[in-house]
Amino acid sequence: MDKAAIIGIGMTKIEARRDDWTFADMAFEATRKALEDAGMTIGDIDNVITTSNDFWDGRTISCMAVGDASGASDKNVSCVEGDGTFGALYGLARTLSGSYGTTLVTAHSKGSQSVSSLITNAAFDPIYNRALGLDMIGACALQASAYMHRTGTTARQLAQVSVKNHGNALKNPVAQLGMKLSVDDVLKSEMIADPLHKLDCSPVSDGCCAIIIANEDRAKKYKGKPVWIKGVSMCADAYFFGDRDLSTAASLSKAAKQAFAQAGINDPSSQIDFAELYDAFSYQELMWLEGMGLAGDGAAGKMLEEGAFDIGGKLPVNASGGLLGGHAVIAAGLYRIAEVVRQIRGEAGAYQVKKARTGLAHGVNGLAGQSHCVWILGKDK
Amino acid sequence: MSNVFKGVEPLVVKSKISVPYHWWAGETASAFFIKLRDEQKISGTWCAACKKLFLPPRKTCPLCFSAQIEWKTVQPVGTVTAFTVVRRQLAAMPRKAPVIYAMIKIDGTETGLLHILDEVKPGDVKIGMRVEAKFAEVRKATIFDIEYFRPAR
Amino acid sequence: MAKRAAIVGTGQTFHKSHRPDVNGQELINEAVSRALLDANLTMKDIDAIIIGNMDHFEGINYVDCWSVDGSGGTMKPVMKITTGGTTGCTIAIGGYHLVASGMFDKVLIVGWEKNSESDTSGAITTAFDPIWDRLVFAGAISGLAAEAQAYIARYGATDRDGARVSVRDRKHALNNPHAQLRKEVSLEEVLASPMLADPIHLLDVCPRTDGACAVIMASEDSAEKITKTPDWIWGTGNRHPYAYLGDADYGRLTSMERTAKEIFKKAGIKEPRKEINVIELYQPYSFAGIIWIEDMGIVPPGKGAEYIWSGATDMGGELPINPSGGVISCNPIGATGLIRCAEAAMQVMGKAEGRQVPDVNHAVSTGFGGCWWTDMILHGKKKPNY
Repeated sequence: MDKAAIIGIGMTKIEARRDDWTFADMAFEATRKALEDAGMTIGDIDNVITTSNDFWDGRTISCMAVGDASGASDKNVSCVEGDGTFGALYGLARTLSGSYGTTLVTAHSKGSQSVSSLITNAAFDPIYNRALGLDMIGACALQASAYMHRTGTTARQLAQVSVKNHGNALKNPVAQLGMKLSVDDVLKSEMIADPLHKLDCSPVSDGCCAIIIANEDRAKKYKGKPVWIKGVSMCADAYFFGDRDLSTAASLSKAAKQAFAQAGINDPSSQIDFAELYDAFSYQELMWLEGMGLAGDGAAGKMLEEGAFDIGGKLPVNASGGLLGGHAVIAAGLYRIAEVVRQIRGEAGAYQVKKARTGLAHGVNGLAGQSHCVWILGKDK
Repeated sequence: MSNVFKGVEPLVVKSKISVPYHWWAGETASAFFIKLRDEQKISGTWCAACKKLFLPPRKTCPLCFSAQIEWKTVQPVGTVTAFTVVRRQLAAMPRKAPVIYAMIKIDGTETGLLHILDEVKPGDVKIGMRVEAKFAEVRKATIFDIEYFRPAR
Repeated sequence: MAKRAAIVGTGQTFHKSHRPDVNGQELINEAVSRALLDANLTMKDIDAIIIGNMDHFEGINYVDCWSVDGSGGTMKPVMKITTGGTTGCTIAIGGYHLVASGMFDKVLIVGWEKNSESDTSGAITTAFDPIWDRLVFAGAISGLAAEAQAYIARYGATDRDGARVSVRDRKHALNNPHAQLRKEVSLEEVLASPMLADPIHLLDVCPRTDGACAVIMASEDSAEKITKTPDWIWGTGNRHPYAYLGDADYGRLTSMERTAKEIFKKAGIKEPRKEINVIELYQPYSFAGIIWIEDMGIVPPGKGAEYIWSGATDMGGELPINPSGGVISCNPIGATGLIRCAEAAMQVMGKAEGRQVPDVNHAVSTGFGGCWWTDMILHGKKKPNY
C-alpha cells in the first residue's frame, strides 16, 4: 500500500438531540472544523465521500442532503452506506488510486429523528426473520449470551466496561454521556434484554465527523501533523445468525490480521499502544479485543479488571469514552479514527494516553458485528 | 455559525415513510413454507460439496456457490445456542414483552434458526437446553407456522 | 503503487418486470455466477465486493450484509456504495478505485433491484427534501417533464423528436436477449401512447424491472491473464450537485457537461463524436437522448434532434447509442448504471454478440439520478498511457 495520511479531523459534539440542526448543518460544521484543523480551504479538497444510511435518515438517496454541505459542489463525490470506517476506506482507495490528492470523508447520523428498533429490525431478512421482531439490541443480547457462555465472561465485567467508558467520556468534550458510575449502578439499571442492562447499551445520538485523507505529496503541504495510515482491512461474516458462531468474531479476526500484516505488526498486543473500538454494547469491547488478538480468548474481562484498558493502563481502550459515551450510528467508526488521530498528535487533553505512537480504530457494520473494518494509524511514516 | 439564527425556535417536521412492500419469497422459500404449512415439516438444503445442511434453506450454497443442492427434512427439535429475554417493549416486537428469543441449532443441521421460546419461564432458559417446535393451529406459510419453540418433552 | 484497471468479466440476469421465482439474494447470485463464468474465475479469486441498490425499493437495511449469500461475500471485504439512480455507475467507479489503489487485485461489483417489491414512485418521492419538496413532488416523471419542456422552449424540439429516440432504443432491444421489453414500436405508436406528463408519453419512459448485474474488475497485474481483451478504464468522474427542485437549470444537464469535459480532457479526447465509437447512455426517457448528448459534447446545443434523425446513433450509424436497448427497455434501478457499464465493456471486449458495434476503440457509459446527477466512465481497448 502506498503511503497516505490523515491530515485533518472535525467532530461535532455528540448530543442526544439537536433539534436546531439539519443533516446539512452538521456536515457543514464537521467539514469546516476539519478544514480549519488541517489549515486548508475547500478548494484544497480534490474529492468527497459522504457516509449515510437511507433508513436512519428517513430519506431515499440520503447522501443528497449532505453532499454540498460537505463541500462536494462541482467535485467528484460518492457515498458509502455503512459505518464511517468503510466510507474512510473508500476515501483512502480514491486517494491511492492516483485520481485525487486529497479526500474529505464525512459521516453523520441523527438517531434522535427516528425509531432505532424499527430501523435495525429492517436489517433482518424479510422472508425468514424479520417478523420475529428482533432489533439491534435483541440481536446483540443474543450474541452477548453466547459469548459469555463460551468464555465465562461475567455480568460484572460487562458492567465494568460501562463504568470505564462512561467515566472516560467525562474527560472528552465531544462525548455525550460522561457519568461517574459504579458496577452496581450498571447492574441495577433496567434490564432491557438479558444480559444487557440499560447502562450496557450505548445511547442514541446525533453527530457528524469529518476527516481529510491526503497522499504523501499533499500531506506535506499543509500545516497539520500528518498521522499515517499503516494498515486497513474489512471483512464480512455470513448473514444468517445460524450460519455464524455468534460467540466469536471470525470476520474481525480476519480483518485485523490483514491490517496488522500491512502495518508490519507481528505481535499486536505489544505493538498496538491503544485502541478505539466499536463498543455499541459493553460486551463488545471485550469480545472485539479478543477477536483482534489484543487479549487472549476469554481473557479480556480479567485484563479489564486489572486495569489494563484504563487510560493509564497497558492498552488503553476507548479513552475517549467510546460509543458508550456517545453513539452517532453511521458516524461512530469515523469518530474512532478521529479520536486515534487526536491521541497520536498528543492533543487528547484530559484523556491523553501516555504512549500513543501506534493506535487502532475499528468500525462495525450490520447486526451483531457481522462486518468489521480495522485501521492501524501511526506517528511514523 | 452566523448569529442571524439567534433566538429562532427550531421546529420539527413530523412525517413517516410509508411504502408498502411485498417480497417475493422465491421458489426456495416457497417450497420451505409450503412444506411447513401443509406437512408441519422443517426442511433445509444440503450442499454435498461442503457437507453442510443449511437452514434457512438456500437455492445455491452460500459458501461454494454450487447449485447442486438437495432438500432434507429435519426433526423439529434442537438445542439453544444463544438466547435473550427482551424485557423492554421495543417497537419492532410483535408480542408483549417479555419475549424470549433464541438461536436454535436444529438437530442434523450445521446452522441455526432464530425463533421465539415459550412455555418456559425466562429464568429457566439455559444455553444447551433442548427445545421442540410447536406448530401453529392455523398455518399461513410464514415463519409463524412454527408458533414458537418450547422445552422438548 | 496506483495501478491501471480493467473490466475482465460481466454477467446479467434476464431482466423481467417481476421475478417471483427468486428472492433478492438469489437474483444477485444469478448475475454473480454469470460474471464469474464469463471471466473464468471462481469466488476464491475475488478479493473484495462492492454492492449497490436503493434501500427503500426493497425495504432491506444494511444490504451489503444481507446479500453476502448471493454475492459470495462471506468472509470477504464487502462494501455498499449507493447514490440513487446513479448507483450502478457509482459502484463501477468504486470498483475502479479499489483496484487502482492497489488495495485489492480483483473486485466484484454488483448492482441489483427488485422494483416489483415496492411502490417505486412512493419510494423515490422520499428522496426529496422532507421540509420543502417532498409534499409537492410526485415521483421522478414530473422533474423529467420539466426538463423536456424547458428544452423545447429553448430549442424548439417536439415530442416527435423524443419519440424518434424511443423508436431507436426499442428497436435496438430486439438484439439484446437480456432486455426486459423487446418489442419494436413506430413513431405513431409512441405519440399515441398515453400522455404521462406533457410532453412525455408512456412509450417515452423506462419500465420498472427486477434484475441484477455483476462486473469483475482486475488490476493490470492480472487483467491480461484473465482475458485477452480486457476493457480498460480510461477515466471516471461524476458531479452530484445538491438542488432543491427550483435550483436546476432545466433543459441543460450541467453535471454531464462538467463530468464529460473533465474525463475527455484527462484522456486527451478532443472530438468525442469521432473518437468515441459507442455510448451506453443512462437515458430514463426519450428526450434525454437528445439533450444529454449535447451536454456530453457530441453535438452542439440545439443540434441533438437533427443528429438523432440523421440515423447516426442507430446501429450501423456513425456513433451508435444504446445498442442494448438502453434504460427505456430495461430499468432495475440499482443495476441500471452497471448494465450500461457492462454493455460498454462487452462492446470493447467484442462480446456483445447480436448488438456488437464493429471496431470499438472507445466506449462511454453513464449513470443518471439524484437531482440531475451524472456519473460517467470512459472505456478503451488499449491500456491507457497514464
